[in-house]
Amino acid sequence: MTLTRRGFVGAGLAAASLYAPALHAQGGRPKVVVIGGGAGGATVARYLAKDSDGALDVTLIEPTRTYYTCFFSNLYLAGFRTLESIAHTYGKLAADYGINVIHDWAVGVDRDARTVSLAGGATLSYDRLVLSPGIDFVDGAVPGWDVTAQNAMPHAYKAGSQSELLKAQIEAMPEGGLFAMVAPPNPYRCPPGPYERISMVAHKLRAENPTAKILLLDPKESFSKQGVFEEGWSKHYSGMIDRIGPGFGGADVSVDPGAMTVTVDGEVTKVDVCNVIPAMKAGRICEIAGVNDGNWAPVSGHTMQSRIDANVYVLGDATNQGDMPKSGFSANSQAKVAAMAIRSELTGSQLFPAKFTNTCWSLIDADDGVKVGASYEANDEKIASVSSFVSQTGEDAEMRKQNYEESLGWYAGITADMFG
Amino acid sequence: MIKTRIVAAIVAGCVTQAASAEEIGDPVAGEKVFKECAKCHQVGPDAVNRVGPVLNDVFGRQAGTVEDFTRYSKGIVRMGVDGLHWDIEHLDTYLENPKSLVSGTRMSFRGLKDPQERADVIAYLRTFSASPQNIPEAAPTALPHEVALSPEVLAIVGDPEYGEYLSAECNTCHQADGEDEGIPSITGWPDEDFVVAMHAYKVKARPHPVMQMMAGRLTDEEIAALAAYYAGLGAE
Repeated sequence: MTLTRRGFVGAGLAAASLYAPALHAQGGRPKVVVIGGGAGGATVARYLAKDSDGALDVTLIEPTRTYYTCFFSNLYLAGFRTLESIAHTYGKLAADYGINVIHDWAVGVDRDARTVSLAGGATLSYDRLVLSPGIDFVDGAVPGWDVTAQNAMPHAYKAGSQSELLKAQIEAMPEGGLFAMVAPPNPYRCPPGPYERISMVAHKLRAENPTAKILLLDPKESFSKQGVFEEGWSKHYSGMIDRIGPGFGGADVSVDPGAMTVTVDGEVTKVDVCNVIPAMKAGRICEIAGVNDGNWAPVSGHTMQSRIDANVYVLGDATNQGDMPKSGFSANSQAKVAAMAIRSELTGSQLFPAKFTNTCWSLIDADDGVKVGASYEANDEKIASVSSFVSQTGEDAEMRKQNYEESLGWYAGITADMFG
Repeated sequence: MIKTRIVAAIVAGCVTQAASAEEIGDPVAGEKVFKECAKCHQVGPDAVNRVGPVLNDVFGRQAGTVEDFTRYSKGIVRMGVDGLHWDIEHLDTYLENPKSLVSGTRMSFRGLKDPQERADVIAYLRTFSASPQNIPEAAPTALPHEVALSPEVLAIVGDPEYGEYLSAECNTCHQADGEDEGIPSITGWPDEDFVVAMHAYKVKARPHPVMQMMAGRLTDEEIAALAAYYAGLGAE
């Protein structure tokens, strides 16, 4: 179905005049079920509960009891953060905000009956459903690799045990060994993420294994913050990092997790650690719910409402919304717009124009932080970038240190915004 | 012309009270306009330099820096070194009249006089540069809705007498008789345009440090008063 802005504004006004209660057929409070407790899901659950003053019944379904943020997980690899410092739990969302937190897998969505079924056997009904499942990997994206090989060749692109594994493998590298990364094609979670990871691995190896080398196999011509990353690599890690772009076989890569080899453009290389970050798609539940078009879930930029089902909202990495990068910051920003739109529909609160922002900080070396950001506005077609900025090469050390300190403040801020 | 479109967007935004990023133009219509350009320039996966350089990834590029293109004028190379980077605004100026931006340019093109045609072809060209989803710092793909003014602020009825008093400061630069040598005239400006523009400076959406400073100190009522005064000057 096509959803226009006019339609939304009208719906908001209608809800305001009726003042909601009739919307929930069984009576009682309207129910919102949120699937996925990351930057999008935790934030939308918290804002729905906080701003509706108990008028909404909010359920959050998240399989893990402890959530490790992907952002700052590269800093964990280099020893700038402990794993505990990027771990978060859901107790406050339950205790302080009255959210029903269920640790289970959502395995089915019946959009006609408006129900969600869980692996544990329960069935939940909803008035509005929010999907914020993050990413899964495209099958067969890197020949030779699938999730059964993720112990030999970790992706570490969902933080937690995979991050620990990758760190341990780097520490076990022989002197002068070779670390390889297979970088993902566009679009993928966290555009600067693979390159920050290269920086952090180099930082660790420089201290612990200075003759080790890093091979970056990249299917993309160019990447975010390329200028400042490449400047930083030659400044801090001279001679360590070799990037093979698509012109030299970076897009023609296969792996053999048993033999620990990578094959680039037909040439086989033995590696000691291989970080495979495959092509990505929306988290599986979007496919199950039938709200994908191709690999991603299309949404209206005005509200984050699915273009396939008006009772379903999709947030963050899983969406196809336009110009916003797939990042925790973006998901958090989108969650607030969605919470406002859902409250407007269910409780008649006021609907304001959608505005979004994103900033991504990356660390290149100790106290050498860089950033990229943009602001976005919605039109009927998409969320459009309307202005952007990026760190420049040649900036002085003081500014870079300030960027890093700013990122620490942001981490504290966004995690409080997500988990209370 | 883009400025005019932006103001139009602001006013439209005020009326409907729904901020909406404005499309640069229509890329489909722009593809037709591009046929004129295609005599010298190519775009797309198989594009090569011809009489003019390839226009893939033109957004954000320093002027005169396409690798392997050897026919640049000295003028455009110099402008690039001076800091000219291609963005919506500069492409618009260049396409309207290439010589206005780069003296001695080899782009012997009469220029696109129709603002809509320029907007459309720029929108078309934008589709051949990096996507912000993948490279967040890539050039914008739409024009910002500069200022979202609440209807309450717009509805403030200014007191022209108070405005006359406040105008003393403005008249130092903007002559009350409407003379516009070097400094734009604000005399007889419709009050809604005036209010929107001043708020755009106030939130630093419009550049110009002096106007940002002046507007930054004015309250909503004071802006309304000035608008009422200057609109009235035109009626006399």
